[in-house]
Amino acid sequence: MTERLFTLAVWMSAALVAVVLVWVIGDLVRLGIPHLSLDFLFAAPRDAGRNGGIGPILVSTVLIIGVTLTAALPLGLMAAVWLAEFTTRGHALGKAIRLSLDVMAGVPSIVFGLFGNAFFSIYLGMGFSILSGGLTLACMILPVFIRTCEVGLAAVTDTWRQGAAALGMTRTAAIWHVLLPAASPAIAAGMVLGIGRATAETAALIFTSGYVDRMPESLWDSGRSLAVHIYDLSMNISGGDTAADAAALVLITLIVLFNMLAQWLSDRWLHRRLVA
Amino acid sequence: MTNYSESPYTLGSIDEAVACCAPKPQLKVRALSVSYGDRRVLETVSMDIYRGCITALIGPSGCGKTSLLTSINRLTDMLPSARVEGSVCFEGQEILDTTVDTLRLRRRIGMIFQKPNPFPISIRRNLELPLREHGVRKRSERASRAEQALRDVGLWEEVKERLDSSALSLSGGQQQRLCIARALVLEPEILLMDEPCSALDPISSAVVEELILRLRGRYTIVIVTHNLAQAKRVANYAGFFWMTERVGKLIEFGQCQRLFDTPAHALTQAYVDGVRG
Ligand SMILES: Nc1ncnc2c1ncn2[C@@H]1O[C@H](COP(=O)(O)OP(=O)(O)O)[C@@H](O)[C@H]1O
Ligand SMILES: [Mg+2]
Repeated sequence: MTERLFTLAVWMSAALVAVVLVWVIGDLVRLGIPHLSLDFLFAAPRDAGRNGGIGPILVSTVLIIGVTLTAALPLGLMAAVWLAEFTTRGHALGKAIRLSLDVMAGVPSIVFGLFGNAFFSIYLGMGFSILSGGLTLACMILPVFIRTCEVGLAAVTDTWRQGAAALGMTRTAAIWHVLLPAASPAIAAGMVLGIGRATAETAALIFTSGYVDRMPESLWDSGRSLAVHIYDLSMNISGGDTAADAAALVLITLIVLFNMLAQWLSDRWLHRRLVA
Repeated sequence: MTNYSESPYTLGSIDEAVACCAPKPQLKVRALSVSYGDRRVLETVSMDIYRGCITALIGPSGCGKTSLLTSINRLTDMLPSARVEGSVCFEGQEILDTTVDTLRLRRRIGMIFQKPNPFPISIRRNLELPLREHGVRKRSERASRAEQALRDVGLWEEVKERLDSSALSLSGGQQQRLCIARALVLEPEILLMDEPCSALDPISSAVVEELILRLRGRYTIVIVTHNLAQAKRVANYAGFFWMTERVGKLIEFGQCQRLFDTPAHALTQAYVDGVRG
């Protein structure tokens, strides 16, 4: 009896989540599709975004995420390797860093925005720029990315470390050829989380990459991300709602595309590690 | 060198294996002690390991057999708490010397673990990765040495069609033979085997045991086993370890047959009888 009830509860919960998800996405598609066209994707916004399109904004978004990943991936992987492979249990510095990462993972993104503004924009003189925004987002996603990768590496069985050492392989070779590929599902999961958060972020970008909706000419230009654009349209611009719905639909598609790309890249990399 | 026939094994038959009639010590272990933190687990072990022979180490769990093996290939370096004292002399060179190049040492002294531990990569890459790490640049050379190692362990016919599939898709016994091939591909002089059959089913275990017999003469083998019948079948020499006051000691060492038939020590007698009955 309880078995039946439990099974029912599990199915109901799953169904509820699915229904909510389908509703939200269905609503967006219903409201956004009429406004969506190739022209909308490529044209520059007019009337503060009520008309025209989101061309420059898409470009800025891709550039910002590009900067974020270029900075966060290598740095995060190295940090995770250091935490998982170079600190033993009870290592004081390792413990302190783990704790601060966990605290930083819970810090609201607006705080990262203020930090990015003070550090990248003002102190390092990057001003309001795609570079400054991308690096701020990198800081924001690093804590979760590092910890996800670290946990993935720590879960890799010790017998492979011993096996590699017993074959006279260096620790670097063991990490690069055996441990990282073995941890790649965790690394991919960390990347998906990070990309999702970065693409949806507004608060951390307003003070760093700014909200100029012109086509950026370089990474030093200010650029408006899609999430900022949606926020602006729905909060500040009267009559911007249909454009906001269409842009939101594009944003969701973009997140899915980014994740597919990340998956494809990590599969390809993995395939090369594993087989070639 | 051995004659290569068409049989899956290329090491020649068991009968052709070199007999150990005039053995020369290749490893001289002297007063070796191992501690983890301040707990001593193995005390003043002295024994000779003879070239080309199989030496079996027997004794109950926890008496330091694994610790002895990992001291010989310096895998103990990976454990910050492990301390090894005494001396292990390998062809005139002191292994425990801190200046020893452990990467080169481990190429010359391979190790097989209790649980088969092929890397989660393709069968081919399992064999070629160690070669590449040891500076074998030519792809064709890596491929031919990998094939030879697979033939040596009798695995070639079983896997030649699927070299690019994951090593984890192999059965337990095949995985263990792959691990042996992975050690052999580096052309080591000594193989340390830590209970290589105890995680395998009886049939795979018999296959691996036969393989070990075929390796005799070409390689010096030190094998830890809880299977006394196996020790008797394969080994030329045997060492019996026992724990007194939670510290492992080598109680008796000698020719395998002699140690089992006429043990010099009452503890050895009891262990051999006890497990037998
Ligand atoms: N990494 C380690 N840290 C602390 N103690 C260990 C470690 N490895 C083994 N020991 C201890 O050393 C003793 C001998 O272990 P081991 O060499 O594995 O014995 P055996 O292989 O004969 O079973 C055991 O009591 C075990 O608990
Ligand atoms: Mg053991």
